[in-house]
Amino acid sequence: MKGIEFFPQVASTIAPSVDKLFFFLVALTIFFTVVLYGLIIYFSVKFRRKEENEIGRDFQSLALEISWTVAPIFLVLFIFYWGVKVYFMQVVPPEDSIEYQVVGKQWMWYFQHPNGKREINELHVPKGQNIVLKMISQDVIHSFFVPAFRIKRDVLPGRYTVAWFNATKKGKFHLFCAEYCGLDHSRMIGRIIVMEPEEYELWLEEGSVVSQKEDKPIPPEEKGKILFGKLGCGSCHRAEDSPLAPSLVGKYGTEVELSDGSTVKVDDDYLRESILDSQAKIVKGYNPIMPVYAGQLSEEDVMNLVAYIKSLGASEK
Amino acid sequence: MHQKENVNYLNVEYGIKSWLFTKDHKRIGVMYLIAVTLFFIVGALAALGVRLELLTPEGDLMSSDAYNRFFTMHGVIMIFLFLIPSIPAVLGNFVLPIMIGARDLAFPRINLLSWYIFIFSGIIGIIGILKGGIDTGWTFYTPYSSIYSHTPVVLVAFAAFLVGFSSILTGLNFIATVHTMRAPGLSWFRLPLFVWAMYATSLVIMLGTPVVAITLVLLILDRAVGLGIFNPTLGGDPVLFQHLFWFYSHPAVYIMILPAMGVVSEVVSAFSRKKVFGYKFIVYSSMAIAVIGFLVWGHHMYTSGQSALSGIVFSILTVLVGVPTAVKILNWTVTLYRGSVSFEAPMLYALGFMGLFIIGGLTGLFLAALGTDVHLHDTYFVVAHFHYTMVGGAIMGFLAGLHYWWPKITGRMYPEFLGKFGAIVVFVGFHLTFLPQFVAGYLGMPRRYHYYVPEFQFYNILSTAGATILGAGMILVIGYLVWSARYGEKAVSNPWRAVGLEWETASPPHPHNFEEVPRVEWDAYDYEYKYKKEGVSFA
Ligand code: HEC
Ligand SMILES: [Cu+2]
Ligand SMILES: [Cu+2]
Repeated sequence: MKGIEFFPQVASTIAPSVDKLFFFLVALTIFFTVVLYGLIIYFSVKFRRKEENEIGRDFQSLALEISWTVAPIFLVLFIFYWGVKVYFMQVVPPEDSIEYQVVGKQWMWYFQHPNGKREINELHVPKGQNIVLKMISQDVIHSFFVPAFRIKRDVLPGRYTVAWFNATKKGKFHLFCAEYCGLDHSRMIGRIIVMEPEEYELWLEEGSVVSQKEDKPIPPEEKGKILFGKLGCGSCHRAEDSPLAPSLVGKYGTEVELSDGSTVKVDDDYLRESILDSQAKIVKGYNPIMPVYAGQLSEEDVMNLVAYIKSLGASEK
Repeated sequence: MHQKENVNYLNVEYGIKSWLFTKDHKRIGVMYLIAVTLFFIVGALAALGVRLELLTPEGDLMSSDAYNRFFTMHGVIMIFLFLIPSIPAVLGNFVLPIMIGARDLAFPRINLLSWYIFIFSGIIGIIGILKGGIDTGWTFYTPYSSIYSHTPVVLVAFAAFLVGFSSILTGLNFIATVHTMRAPGLSWFRLPLFVWAMYATSLVIMLGTPVVAITLVLLILDRAVGLGIFNPTLGGDPVLFQHLFWFYSHPAVYIMILPAMGVVSEVVSAFSRKKVFGYKFIVYSSMAIAVIGFLVWGHHMYTSGQSALSGIVFSILTVLVGVPTAVKILNWTVTLYRGSVSFEAPMLYALGFMGLFIIGGLTGLFLAALGTDVHLHDTYFVVAHFHYTMVGGAIMGFLAGLHYWWPKITGRMYPEFLGKFGAIVVFVGFHLTFLPQFVAGYLGMPRRYHYYVPEFQFYNILSTAGATILGAGMILVIGYLVWSARYGEKAVSNPWRAVGLEWETASPPHPHNFEEVPRVEWDAYDYEYKYKKEGVSFA
């Protein structure tokens, strides 16, 4: 048996904020538990039955009743408010975050660094950097959970979710899958390895750890570009709108009008859907001639294609 | 010489047929008691397997596949076949009509039908176990349950679907009975709080259960014929399942806990021999819990990718649902004030309920608040929290009520010393099992983990030790109760000298409950009135 721990490690910028609220609630729980246990025991002993025919004397008090209905309302609203404050720190990634890609699969975690280097079940990251994880599952629902960072986010099939953190401590930290995902759910674990930024740079240079062939990592948007060519996307999608297909340049972030008259915002989820299941939403003025790529592309491929399309320029509109 | 016994519901007819075709709510209550006890034992054995396996971080006792089936069967059986039916179908069935001076429930045949549906679903569930059990967790999350699992999900989901109808019929029966069959003089605000609790529970059952029924049907269709509602590769939404599932399953925790709260109100009053403090506030808080309980399901999904705005709305509603719960705890505590408090086993269980529920309720705040829930969600913290509320609540409440009404049900007393001893063992065992899990969860141990990292072992050993004590306590309780049903001391009609219509009739009651229809001229728990009327001089 390994040593007994009482507190999880504190290794991200938000962990102390979560802990503060946590320990406030612990104090509150202990306080009320002691007070209430104390009262119950005190009343039980003081008013214990002393004689067989004894009955209690009625006691009612509207004032008491109202006060302990109203007082907790303020207390719980305060807790709610504090919880929301911490939550926003947890779920809104800072503007300058660097994107890493995560794909969950029964029962493994696949990672891709911004420079294209890939890893399985281990993620090396630099300390002190805002890092946003763009995550998707290839099969069932998983959940990305790093206790030392106090972050957790479900990883869904069919839709991107994000998590972010900024590691404050060098070291190795547990990564757990927190959403039950079948047979080896409890072994879908890994490690986040936090390094000094210089160390991390050196480590990045070491080449791929996933495949021998990729001795020099290729960034996701480059991979996407290669795929775009290989799959023949470019035969329809040119630099300018053509009668065949709309141009994808400058598309990201714009609003697109669909054939049914509605509009959608071009974001990662929309691009993903357009690529895999082009028939789901048809751009106005075009024929639904684009092939359906579902089943041919892995989630990693799609992420790379999306990265490429994003790199074709985002509109400021 | 034998003394000739009065006719009662137990001796009026004999033979297995007289039970299987009975329309007497009391007999049906007893048949429910036997059934839920058997299911409880199966569910407890599954828990035993889980706790033994978790003694060590390695998965050395069984395979992961087996482990996943064990925790799933534990959850499915305990929730659908024990916790939900336990108090309403056993104690509610038995005492609710007597408490309101009725001869039976409004629809006795439907009552029997609901028992058969229950048994039938239970049997389907057991067949599911014999076929190897399922491995989806009791929450059946898609798309794992709908596509990936290789176990008989359809069968077990069908059992869970079916058992809902038995709850619906029982709920319907209770509502109709309370509306139409109260004894003369028994106005709504004279009803015992247990009746109010059953009424609120029945409303929740009737409004919530159809939703889970539909959800399970959709799941079955997804799995059996590839409907695809929850299947992302067919354009479905797996998270939709979670919304639908929790829309019922959150209120379901109130189906488990409101009845227990009703029992505690009865018992605390009876063993303090005075009116409950703030009767109307307890009634209103039950109703508030029933209503708000329907609006908080999203608190199970803070990390599932729902929008921040819905997280906020669900969080505020969830913290607010804590308020009526706090009101109840405080009301029971102050009921002791100026009481004449005695400590027979039912009272120990009721006090134990309060002790566990205080912790269960307060730890709920950690999970209602968004910031802390993100870390604690799907960890052992949650496991500990819901065992404190649902097990600490529903099982302690059930045992309180079972001991309290045992003389009425069986006509025999349980052995008091063993009763008290058992209550203390269960209380201690419970704390030792679940307190360490709060720490393990905060450290980050995810739930449903077969293998775990060695840092968590200390807490798991404590927990398993506690579960052993808890299990021994339960064996003791079941043992002496069964023994006393036959060999216990004969019970008088009102052994606790409590106020309530059920104590005005014989133990065990006449087949029609009362020889003549009672008139109610007193408020609930009016000890002064009652004792004066009986000519008892009291201090
Ligand atoms: C046969 C021609 C053709 C090919 C090949 C093709 N597309 Fe398309 N694509 C279209 C047409 C036509 C549309 C607009 C109608 C629609 O929405 O389906 C479109 C729409 C899109 C959109 C949505 C654009 C918008 O303005 O909203 C994206 C993104 C896209 N394609 C990406 C790809 C990618 C990536 C590939 C290669 C894997 C590809 N397409 C291959 C014809 C094609
Ligand atoms: Cu998992
Ligand atoms: Cu809930």
